[in-house]
Amino acid sequence: MCMKKTVTDFVLLENKQLNNDNFKLLLQSPVPVLDILPGQFINIEIKDSSEIFLRRPFSILDIDEQNQTISLLVKILGRGSKKLTESVAGQIINGIFPLGKSFTLPEKTDRILLIGGGSGVAPMLFLAKICGLSPEQVTVLIGAKTSFDHIDVSAYQSFGRFLFASEDGSLGEKGYVTNHPVFTNELKQFDKIYTCGPDLMMKAIAKKAAEENLFCEVSLENMMACGFGVCLCCVEDTKAGHKCVCTDGPVFNINDLKW
Amino acid sequence: MVNLGIKIHDLYLKNPVMTASGTCGFGEELADFIDLSALGGLVVKGTTLKHREGNAYPRMAETPSGMLNAVGLQNKGADNFISNIYPRIKDLNTHIIVNVNGSTIEDYVTLTERLNELDKIPAIELNISCPNVKEGGMAFGISCQSAEAVVKAVRKVYDKTLIVKLSPNVTNIAEIAKAVEGQGADSVSLINTLLGMAVNAETRKPVLSTITGGLSGPAIKPIAIRMVWQVYNAVKIPVIGMGGIMNATDALEFMIAGASAIQVGTALFKDPTTPIQIIDGISDYMKRHKIQSVNEIIGSLQC
Repeated sequence: MCMKKTVTDFVLLENKQLNNDNFKLLLQSPVPVLDILPGQFINIEIKDSSEIFLRRPFSILDIDEQNQTISLLVKILGRGSKKLTESVAGQIINGIFPLGKSFTLPEKTDRILLIGGGSGVAPMLFLAKICGLSPEQVTVLIGAKTSFDHIDVSAYQSFGRFLFASEDGSLGEKGYVTNHPVFTNELKQFDKIYTCGPDLMMKAIAKKAAEENLFCEVSLENMMACGFGVCLCCVEDTKAGHKCVCTDGPVFNINDLKW
Repeated sequence: MVNLGIKIHDLYLKNPVMTASGTCGFGEELADFIDLSALGGLVVKGTTLKHREGNAYPRMAETPSGMLNAVGLQNKGADNFISNIYPRIKDLNTHIIVNVNGSTIEDYVTLTERLNELDKIPAIELNISCPNVKEGGMAFGISCQSAEAVVKAVRKVYDKTLIVKLSPNVTNIAEIAKAVEGQGADSVSLINTLLGMAVNAETRKPVLSTITGGLSGPAIKPIAIRMVWQVYNAVKIPVIGMGGIMNATDALEFMIAGASAIQVGTALFKDPTTPIQIIDGISDYMKRHKIQSVNEIIGSLQC
C-alpha cells in the first residue's frame, strides 16, 4: 500500500553540486515518507518565473523514513532544472509526491543487473539499496560520457558489485554500457535487468534483453504537465495504445513497449 | 455564514467552483488531494461515442504563463464510461457533468441519448470547441449556423441541463452564445482553449505533433474575462467562466464580469488543491465585503 499523493512544502536542507551539471538536493518533508519505491518521482514547482509555468518531474534518489527526508539527483537539462539547482538551503520547495509506478522488486533468489546512464543512475542506486538482496546478487553498471560527468556512488557500493563504462575511457571500460563485458558476455547470469537513462541506451539494452528473453524494465521520461494522470500529455505509444508515462509508468516492462 | 449556492438553470450547485473537462480526469485522479464532494461540480474528460487514441506525442508545450496542448480527445468511448467509470464515480456527492464530443451531429445526438439515461449525470457540457481534432469539435462552434444545428438536435433528445462550451476562436463570441441560447441551451461555458502554436528555433520544427494546439493558463485570462463579460451582456442564460483561473481572486474577477460559476482547469496541473483554495477564498472575500449570497457578486461589475 503506497502513501497517498500529496502537495507538500519541503524545506531544502542541502543543495550539493556533484559535478558540472549534477546536483544532489536533500529535502525535509513535513509528512512521513513511507513506502516510496525506486522509479517513483516527485513533481516540483519552479517558483518566480513566468517562463516556467509547469512543474518539473525528478526521480527519487533516496529516502530516509526515520528523518523524513528525500534526496533527488538534479541534472541541468533546461531552464526549469537550472533554476531549481540555484535553490539555497532553508528555501521552501513545493513538490507533489509520490508519483508513478515503481520498478518491480526482485524475488529473493534473483540475480539482477541495474544499468544507469547519466542522471538515470538515481533510481538504480535506490533500487540497489532497498531491493533486499545480498550484494552478490546485485550488479550495478553505470555509464557516463567522461569521468567528469560521473557521480560519486561510494555510499552505495556495499549494496552490490559496481562496474563503470565511459565513452572516453576515463572511467572503467571505454565505450557505452552496452559494450561492457558484463553486458556483452555475462547477461545470461541475470534474472532481471532494470535500466534508467537516455532512450538510445535503454533501447539498445531492451533489444538485447528481448533477444535473450530476459525480464527487463525501463524507466521512461516524457514532457509532463500534471504528473498524476489528468492531462494526458506525457503519453508513450505502447502495444496497448497511448499510456501515460506519469501513472501507467514511468517504469514499463519492455514487452509492453513498441521498441 | 455565507451562502455559496448558485443555480445553472435547474441545477443547484453548492458553490460556484467546478473542475474543467480534460484537467480532472474522471475525478478519481484528484481523490488523494481533495475532498471531491466539496466541489460545486466536476466536468469529466471529453467523451466520444467510440474510443479515441488521441494525437501523437508530443502533445504539450510550455509557454509563457501557460501551455499548449494537443491531446485530441483521447478517451475510451461511451461504452467504457457507462459500464466502468460511471458506476465508480456516480456517488461522489458532487454534480458529475459529462463533456460530450462528436465528429458529426449524429455522434453528438447518440452519445447524448445514452447519457440521458444515467440518473446521476444531471447535465452535459456540449463541446463544440475542441481545437485539437480534425473532424467536428471546434468546426461546429465557429459559425452560428453549425452551432445552432448541433444544439437544436441535441436539445430534442436531452431533457436535463444542457451547457454548451464555446470556442474563443471566433470573431464574435456573443453572436454564437445568442445562437445556442436560441436553440434551447440552458447555459454556456467559456472559454475553451485558444488556437496557438510553438516553434523550436533550433530545429525549425513545430513543438507539437499536430503543429497547432490549444493555449490555456493565466496567459489567456484577460481574453476569457472579456468574452465572459460580452456573453453575459448578450444572453439571459447563466454563463460559466473559465480560462486561466489560478486563485480565488481570478475566480471573483470572472464572476464580477458575469460568470455564475467558474471552472478551474490548467491550474489543477500545477496544484490539484486549487479548487478548495478558491472555495475558501471566495468565502473569505464575501465575509470581508459583507456579502450574504454569492449571487450578489455575479455581474456586479461597476463601469
